[in-house]
Amino acid sequence: MSRYEIRIGGFGGQGVVTMAVVMGETASLFDKKYVVQTQSYGPEARGGASKSEIVIGEEEIDYPKVQEPDVFIAMSRAAYLEYIDGLKDDGILIIDEDLVTIESDLPEGVTLYKIPATRIADEEVGTKQATNVVMIGAFTAITGMLSVKGLKKRIEERWPRFVDTNLKALDLGMKAGKAALAAKE
Amino acid sequence: MPERVMFTMGDIACAEGALSAGCKYFGGYPITPATEIAEWMSIRMPEVGGAYVQYEDEIASITSVIGASWTGAKSMTATSGPGVSLMLEAIGLAVMTETPLVLVNIMRGGPSTGQPTKGQQGDVMQPKWGSHGDYQIIALTPASVQEMFDQTVQAFNLSEKYRTPVFVLADETVGHMRERLVIPAKKDLKLEYRKLASGPPEDYLPFKPGDDLVPPMALLGSKYQFYATGLTHDERGYPSDKEHVQIELITRLNNKIIHNADKIIDVEEFMLDDAKIGVIAYGTPSRSAKKAIKDARDEGIKVGMLRFKTVWPFPEEQVARLASQVDHIIVAEQNLGQMYYMVKAEAAPTPVHLMAKPAGMPQLPNEILDKVREINSL
Repeated sequence: MSRYEIRIGGFGGQGVVTMAVVMGETASLFDKKYVVQTQSYGPEARGGASKSEIVIGEEEIDYPKVQEPDVFIAMSRAAYLEYIDGLKDDGILIIDEDLVTIESDLPEGVTLYKIPATRIADEEVGTKQATNVVMIGAFTAITGMLSVKGLKKRIEERWPRFVDTNLKALDLGMKAGKAALAAKE
Repeated sequence: MPERVMFTMGDIACAEGALSAGCKYFGGYPITPATEIAEWMSIRMPEVGGAYVQYEDEIASITSVIGASWTGAKSMTATSGPGVSLMLEAIGLAVMTETPLVLVNIMRGGPSTGQPTKGQQGDVMQPKWGSHGDYQIIALTPASVQEMFDQTVQAFNLSEKYRTPVFVLADETVGHMRERLVIPAKKDLKLEYRKLASGPPEDYLPFKPGDDLVPPMALLGSKYQFYATGLTHDERGYPSDKEHVQIELITRLNNKIIHNADKIIDVEEFMLDDAKIGVIAYGTPSRSAKKAIKDARDEGIKVGMLRFKTVWPFPEEQVARLASQVDHIIVAEQNLGQMYYMVKAEAAPTPVHLMAKPAGMPQLPNEILDKVREINSL
């Protein structure tokens, strides 16, 4: 792995940027990889298009933005339509299945994982605000790109008042990710 | 303070760099994409015994920074292009009164309100030519989160050493990207402090320079009496309409930078040893160029990069040397061509090709690679 690219697309308020920051912090500070995290958003506080990106490498990263993601996490229909063409031919597509429908044929090599992240956060964790952490859990179970120990440490440091909620969200997300993986085999 | 490691954004690295340099005053007005600097300073300044003041606008912000600097506090502001436009008159005042300060511009799309959340490099000429009159400016162009820290420290050092305003010019991508940042232990940082007035107050001449052309500074509230004005002034600080005073003053103000240009200018040479094509870039496009150059080298194309870490004073000698070595120069910048004209003037007769992109997304590595291939086939 010389360069591994992750793109996350959704709308403002879903925690798309925070999600990438937590993933980046884990990969950089805990897993000791080279990491660059960037984002792009509009002037609105909520509801506008939001995109975040992470590049992880074993050596210093030159170009900081994602060119052809290895993984695309789609959390809104608008983001799916805008960025689906950029995904690597043999890339991984993770969607929130309640928010995104696959509307066209995916390239043959693409592996699709459907995770009901918002539903899990709402019904099982008890707050939709945990959607992004559920999705981090699913991503981690599917790709193995981040250390779970590192993620837990980040969650404890970042959200000291909401540790239990977020650890539960991470756990449920990982379970959903593992189930989606098992269904493929 | 021991070494600290963070995974953080360029704006925050800039603020931390200022704090490590000993900045004790931030006066500003928030603006995307520089707001995080103000936000971070508002939290951190009280912790280090400094002052953070948010003003009604950018004009008040920069003039407060000038005043704070005269009390002896290392002082700064941070803004974006629209804010710099408002600050230009006061930048001239800081040059004329020889006030050390640091001004950070996280560049966004312009002109006018432009694209607040998107980056650009449209303001690289602005610090040099924006204020009126003949003056020199120092402007640094970081390309990573670590450089946002390192070059902000450097900006304070240069402002203190030469008693002059110094710009940090970063594009939005550098300001908002997150990377690993290592903040060195305090004992490992080399910090500069302005020369202060000494000797009997009755003999003190506030604008009489030393051999380095920089006058020792008296601080507000000290035992020295002085007068600082934007009017042309003699060594006593008194306004003068005499021809020789004007010539001597502005020549010295310019020469204190020009004569030290070799100590101020900072460039990185990347794979230039045997290069026949030289790419010139700064900020985020330089990172696209690095990837493109590695890929072009894999194809056997002899290409390298001269990266400007400072754009002002302009790296004339470095460009001239590159021009004498290579057959072609490509300038890749995130605007419609600004440094391009400076490079072109210095590189003649070596052909200089502009690769402009006046938009939020910097040149993609493949776009630069295509240009390198095209030039290589000429």
